[in-house]
Amino acid sequence: MPKTDGLPDVPTVLVTTLLAGPVLAGLAGTVLPAFGYLPVLGHDSFSGDPFRKLFSMPGLTTSAALSFSTGLAASVASLAIVLLFTAGWAGTDTFRRLTRFLSPLLSVPHAAAAIGLAFLIAPSGFLVRLISPWATGWTRPPDILIPGDPYGLAMTVGLVAKEVPFLFLMTLAALNRPHVQEYLKAGASLGYGRMATFFKVVLPQIYPLIRLPVLAVIAYATSVVDVAVILGPTTPQPLAPRLVGWMNDPDLSLRLMASAGALLQLLLSASALLVYLLLETLAGSCLRTRFSNGRRHPRETPGRVFSLLPMLLIVAAMSLSVALLGVWSLAKSWWFPASLPQAWSLGRMLDALKSGGPSLGATLVIACGAAAIATALTLWLLEARGNARRRETGRMKALIFLPLLLPQIGFLFGLQMFFLLAGLSGTLTGVLLAHLIFVFPYAFLALSDPWNRLDPRYAKAARSTGASRARVFFQIQLPLLLRPVLVTFAVAAAVSTGQYLPTLMIGAGRVVTVTTESVALASGGSRQIAALYALLQLIVPLAGFSLAALVPALAFRNRAAMRLER
Amino acid sequence: MSSSDRISGLVLENVVIRLGGLPLLDIDCRILPGSVLTIMGESGSGKSSLLDFVAGFLKPDFRAEGRALLNGRDLTSLPAQDRQIGLMFQSPLLFPHMSVLQNLMFALPATCRRRQDRQDLAERALADVGLAGFGKRDPATLSGGQQTRVALMRTLLAEPKALLLDEPFSSLDRTRRAEVRELVFDLARKKGLPVLLVSHDEEDARAAGGEVHRLEAGKAGNGLDC
Repeated sequence: MPKTDGLPDVPTVLVTTLLAGPVLAGLAGTVLPAFGYLPVLGHDSFSGDPFRKLFSMPGLTTSAALSFSTGLAASVASLAIVLLFTAGWAGTDTFRRLTRFLSPLLSVPHAAAAIGLAFLIAPSGFLVRLISPWATGWTRPPDILIPGDPYGLAMTVGLVAKEVPFLFLMTLAALNRPHVQEYLKAGASLGYGRMATFFKVVLPQIYPLIRLPVLAVIAYATSVVDVAVILGPTTPQPLAPRLVGWMNDPDLSLRLMASAGALLQLLLSASALLVYLLLETLAGSCLRTRFSNGRRHPRETPGRVFSLLPMLLIVAAMSLSVALLGVWSLAKSWWFPASLPQAWSLGRMLDALKSGGPSLGATLVIACGAAAIATALTLWLLEARGNARRRETGRMKALIFLPLLLPQIGFLFGLQMFFLLAGLSGTLTGVLLAHLIFVFPYAFLALSDPWNRLDPRYAKAARSTGASRARVFFQIQLPLLLRPVLVTFAVAAAVSTGQYLPTLMIGAGRVVTVTTESVALASGGSRQIAALYALLQLIVPLAGFSLAALVPALAFRNRAAMRLER
Repeated sequence: MSSSDRISGLVLENVVIRLGGLPLLDIDCRILPGSVLTIMGESGSGKSSLLDFVAGFLKPDFRAEGRALLNGRDLTSLPAQDRQIGLMFQSPLLFPHMSVLQNLMFALPATCRRRQDRQDLAERALADVGLAGFGKRDPATLSGGQQTRVALMRTLLAEPKALLLDEPFSSLDRTRRAEVRELVFDLARKKGLPVLLVSHDEEDARAAGGEVHRLEAGKAGNGLDC
């Protein structure tokens, strides 16, 4: 084994630069203008004006409160739904079946999910149509403000529907820890009900593994833009979409105020995280005092049914939403209150495919590029760290999660400035680089577990035959991990496809992807076109995951041990 | 109602376990209170599935016929937590987020309500296996033998009516092994618990003193009658 000499290896340095660099630069680029310093626009002295202007904006408090409450409520609700469902059903057939639904739902981009959900729950949406006019007497859509209700309920539901699959899959990965199954048995053999065993025995052990993802969800949900634009209230909007509006305003002087707003957003997300940590401590100590009281809660059928319902509801709503995207994009005319379109047409879809071609092309190039780089970097990092026998340290993990723990808007404003100076603003390369910051953490998340589970003796056996490190990597480790590597690529491509804000900010309107198009079209007039673009968003993840399933099946068709268990 | 409904002890009545339609093992026997039935077999012979069947954890791919009765009560359709069967695993499986004492208090029935009483009972259980004063310790700092002893007391404090042992001594070295094994069988005898032991170690079988049955790997229809 080569000695490490205490020097970090190349990929560690590279990844640190890739992640921490833009974040720090972006933060600096946000903080300075927030205090009035933006020499490019001729502001070269510090002042409190941007903040004064910000706080004089009408409805600012409401906007901030909306962001805070919808984000935090959605995150906590998502976590509760996931944990209750896992507690009540882990290891059952129902659990397995729902797992099969939830994994693909994770790859549906936020914007597409939000558009589908709007089609489902709007007053003229599918649910109302189903019961109209025979049950409601409505021949015209009722005059209710959904989505866009002033309390942000629709937006919260939209966030929950998207965060539940994410947190669920994180929990699922955590349940793969050794002995979890035995701990469940141990609890039951001591007379404990399923749910009591989960909360008293299993959760305390796996919670550290799902904590960072939960924090990332909070940071994301309190600063989300695309879902807020599609489902959120409009008078006023939550903070994040308002900031984007100011940032893109032709009046350049609004940029200083927008930067000040971005700092407010950082503060807001940070306080949401703090409130969550407080709740966590409270719940933790509540649970700890109950560890040893012997209460077994063996009569749990009502609790289990209660824990299943929200999960079923989410899976059903999400599946219906995606199906509605398909129906709407094929509908020629679909007047209220008909449950299905009166006339269908393929022509519109073909037209839109043609006009959407360039944006789909850009999406593909960016997604494939960012995914390939992120996957390769992750592999490089894991191989180098494995070779240096460095275990994943908490510091490394926190660093990798850093871009996800900050609200995107907090440092994208500043980053946009740097990209502008570097001549990357509005270029495919620029957008790809910006995506990479957010794609890499997910690639690492998806691949580090399979990599660490790979039996190290394969590599040792290969090395002992005299194979070089590179040969071991390319001929042993990479083929053995072909499936997880391809899945990682697919996850990374899906994450890239779903990016809205980085594309909007760095693309500067010149790089347009299907996601930015969908969000722009969602508030427009034509439901068909909006549905079509939302559907186009699904193409990249769908292709990616199909490839990840197909290639290993073909490559290893004569290798029994390489097939998936279960 | 057959005669086994009135018999004390653990009765396995015409139990057949199948995997994918193929019979893995069948067994028909009765374990009296305080006695041990040892089942020997290589991995893959179905011995773990038998334990899973009795304890209520049989995986959905397995199909089982027959009944398991404990002191006349049919367990077959009961959920695992209602079966009153104590289980010891290959590893001690102490809960790593709790202290040694909390592990034991976890097992005490909730009918004992006062915290002080619960602590006293748990301390006494520790003292019973020669571990007085270990209550505050992190289970991870205990030796393998000490952990197994704590695991044994955790199992017994839940007041089970039968014990299932899934090679619980396999993680111990030779000298500790005999010692811990004696302790387990001794306590089970004192409490009058029927014990079903699964092992592939001849010494375990000899020390258990009861009947021994051997399963052969992959052989269809491992028939046992006793």
